[in-house]
Amino acid sequence: MRRMKANDVILRTVAKLVVFIILAFAAHLFFAGHNDPGGGFIGGLVTASALVLLALAFDLKTVRKVVPVDFRIVTAIGLLVAVLTGVGSFAFDQPFLSHTFAYKELPFLGKKELATAVLFDLGVYLAVVGVTMTIILSIGEDR
Amino acid sequence: MSFMHLAVAAPFAYAAIVPLLHRSFPRVHTGWFVLPLPVALFAYWLSRFAVVRSGVGEEARLSWIPSLGIDLSFHLDGLSLLFVLLITGIGGLVTLYSIFYLSKTKERIGRFYVYLLLFMGAMLGVVLSDNLIALYAFWELTSLSSFLLIAFWHQRERSRYGALKSMMITVLGGFAMLAGFVLLYIMTGTYSVREMIPQVGALASQPLFFWAMALVLVGAFAKSAQFPFHIWLPDAMEAPTPVSAYLHSATMVKAGLYLVARLTPLFGGTSEWFWLVSAFGLATLFWGSFQAVKQTDLKAILAFSTISQLGLIMCLLGLGSAALAFEGNVSDVYVLAMTAAVFHLVNHATFKGALFMVAGIVDHETGTRDIRKLGGLAAIMPITFTFAVVGAGSMAGLPPFNGFLSKEMFFTGVLNASRMNFFSMEAWGALFPIVAWTASVFTFVYSAVFVFKTFLGKAKPEQLPTKPHEAPLGLLLPPAALVSLVVAFGLFPDIASYYLIEPALASIYPSLLAPGDDFHVHISFWHGWTAELFMTIGVVAVGSLLFWQLRRWLGVYGRLPRQWSLNALYDGALEGLERGSARLTNAYMTGSVRHYLLYIFTFLIAVVGYALYRTGAFGAIDPGYPGYAPICIYEAMLVTATLLATLSVPFARSRMTMIILVGAVGYMVVLFFVLFRAPDLALTQMIIETVSVALFLLCFYHLPKLRKETTSRRFKLTNAVVSVGVGAIVAIAALAASGTNGFESIADYYLEESYHLGGGKNVVNVILVDFRGFDTLLEIMVLGIASLGIYAMIKLRAPRQVDRKGDSSNES
Repeated sequence: MRRMKANDVILRTVAKLVVFIILAFAAHLFFAGHNDPGGGFIGGLVTASALVLLALAFDLKTVRKVVPVDFRIVTAIGLLVAVLTGVGSFAFDQPFLSHTFAYKELPFLGKKELATAVLFDLGVYLAVVGVTMTIILSIGEDR
Repeated sequence: MSFMHLAVAAPFAYAAIVPLLHRSFPRVHTGWFVLPLPVALFAYWLSRFAVVRSGVGEEARLSWIPSLGIDLSFHLDGLSLLFVLLITGIGGLVTLYSIFYLSKTKERIGRFYVYLLLFMGAMLGVVLSDNLIALYAFWELTSLSSFLLIAFWHQRERSRYGALKSMMITVLGGFAMLAGFVLLYIMTGTYSVREMIPQVGALASQPLFFWAMALVLVGAFAKSAQFPFHIWLPDAMEAPTPVSAYLHSATMVKAGLYLVARLTPLFGGTSEWFWLVSAFGLATLFWGSFQAVKQTDLKAILAFSTISQLGLIMCLLGLGSAALAFEGNVSDVYVLAMTAAVFHLVNHATFKGALFMVAGIVDHETGTRDIRKLGGLAAIMPITFTFAVVGAGSMAGLPPFNGFLSKEMFFTGVLNASRMNFFSMEAWGALFPIVAWTASVFTFVYSAVFVFKTFLGKAKPEQLPTKPHEAPLGLLLPPAALVSLVVAFGLFPDIASYYLIEPALASIYPSLLAPGDDFHVHISFWHGWTAELFMTIGVVAVGSLLFWQLRRWLGVYGRLPRQWSLNALYDGALEGLERGSARLTNAYMTGSVRHYLLYIFTFLIAVVGYALYRTGAFGAIDPGYPGYAPICIYEAMLVTATLLATLSVPFARSRMTMIILVGAVGYMVVLFFVLFRAPDLALTQMIIETVSVALFLLCFYHLPKLRKETTSRRFKLTNAVVSVGVGAIVAIAALAASGTNGFESIADYYLEESYHLGGGKNVVNVILVDFRGFDTLLEIMVLGIASLGIYAMIKLRAPRQVDRKGDSSNES
């Protein structure tokens, strides 16, 4: 990550393309998690790996510019979302972290399953992305 | 909450406001504020005479921890009243004395009176408590306040040493005593002494009886400075003299005597109690009086004298307990010994308190307590001299002082003991009068030393730090009061016997009295030409001779090697304990993490192995268990590959190889997950393994070159043995566990209900986010904390130089 080659056009070009594929795969993993292998954890890790690829192909500054967020805050938001989905069940007089689901007719998408568990998984996803990126960025930016 | 409770609580409450008074009125000596309290308490307790005399006593109960049978139940009877009067009476005199003894500008008198009041309250609690746990609590409070008082001049090294020594020994005794009390509770089911006494008949046959007795006696002996626990008392003489007079002659050291007397109805009448108490008392009596002669410091003489006199009383308490072994008239002979014990207890408090105050006056007015520098003070300090003569005369057992009477009674007691025909006294009984008589001779000698070397002979004013002169009236009043008591009890002993001794005896021997009857004690000055009188004459004659020839035989003391003394033993034991534990700790706390891991793993092997052995799990391992799945070829291949990769890790020569090998193991585990149909795990494991290998490589980049192992071959061998052992034991545990499937798995529930209840077909995910989402919530929290930790460690790192400085300052 430190010593960049002066001219790595191929890497950069491929990276530009592949990052979106990886991100799409991550989104798929995340949404498919409820019924197929995948979920917030893996989705988060794959998303992070896409960002790492960017960092490898370009450098950390570019990643910061492309994704101008503080990943520690992302972790915090993830934790907050997870906790709030749990707290939300209190509003319906249910124990902490009770989930529910329903099948609804959505515009454009048709009949789809909507589960509150996905919200919780979103918290997991954000937390994992934040954690992984915080670790890698802070180690990578060291010296 | 009765008035009795208030009276005990008063010193504690007063101790809380003394510092305020001290600060608010700096120009008045704080002692003047304190003085009214013991005086008022003394007057209050005096007014209870009639109640106690009638044999009823007074009771008050206050709940403390009722569920454990612990309460603050106080009971005032003859024995308690005797002690209560000693504590408050001498407490008042000592307070008055300390007002003139301690300077209000140079000393921290605010603290002094706080400690003194704490002690007074604790001591009142000890002698009034009927509940043994409450008694123990007050008992330890006396140890604590005594510790504080001994180290009052804490800038002196000797004071701190003496305080620590007394603390160690008395607290050791206190713990033993607590254990004894608990044993008593186990046997009787109550902590109340008065409720225990009716159970005495069944008590003696209990197997714990002897241990309870021995443990309680250790506590009493340690507190009352009995051989071999007496060594703390001479070192406690570093305390200010009022403290020595109060604590270490009149009250605290008598707490052990009180306890022995209090528990005599429980333990008395058995031969173990008789022998332990009287033999240790006799040994202490002799050893204390023998050691007192060689001392050159006034307070040291008095300290050993106190030890010896406490031994005398203890011995009499032991002899007196024989009365409980018999019914009828025979026992009267032994009741006499108990009478002597109680009488001498009172006498000792009076004359020893006075003598300590005399020693304090001498110290105060001449600047030294060393008898080698003192002499010829009789003409300069005639009043103090008179007190000294009376006190020492009483201590030596000369007529017409009270010491004479109690010493005569003591001789009667030991002579009776020598005629005993039970407790195997036929063989040893003759020892009692001989040892007692010898000790009395030494007592006479040191009493003479105390008076003659200090007050008679040639004056040596040039050796004294200050110019001696008679003490002020305030210093003289308290010893005057005590000395007049010495003479009063000497001339009219029946006052003491009617008011103090008879009720006290009634509470020591509750079973010997017919209802409505009293003990009738009559102490007469002249009782004819008896053996006791000839013994006293012999004491005076031989004692005078020995004192006259003192210089010739003082060399005897040099004969005993120093390292054999009990002090050397105590110091050596303490030092050995410290050094031994340091060596032990250094032996295994090496600071090497490898060693600690070795201990942990060895312990794991031992504990798990033992548990498997005890539960018979080794036998449960069954190779043909039907629950085992058949092994397929992929599994066999994977296992082989994993094993190869794992086994090569310890033999790798570079870190890079190690990291790659560990990564290989990780990817092998991915394949295992695939093989065992866990797609979520496989995915996660693959990504996590990649990330961790990358992190390893990052670390690798910063690490220094791999160094050659410096550990010895033997240590490596131990490592190998332990690691193989851990592997084996875990494998055995796993095999044994799988072979004994006790319960049905709950997995079926999840498989069935996942879609139905969770709305998802991915059971793993539904479990993670729905069924057991709480775990996941906390796990992502763990991840968040880890990331913040890494961020903090890297970003918030202090600059290098500061780091190094911090390190060096830690090391130095």
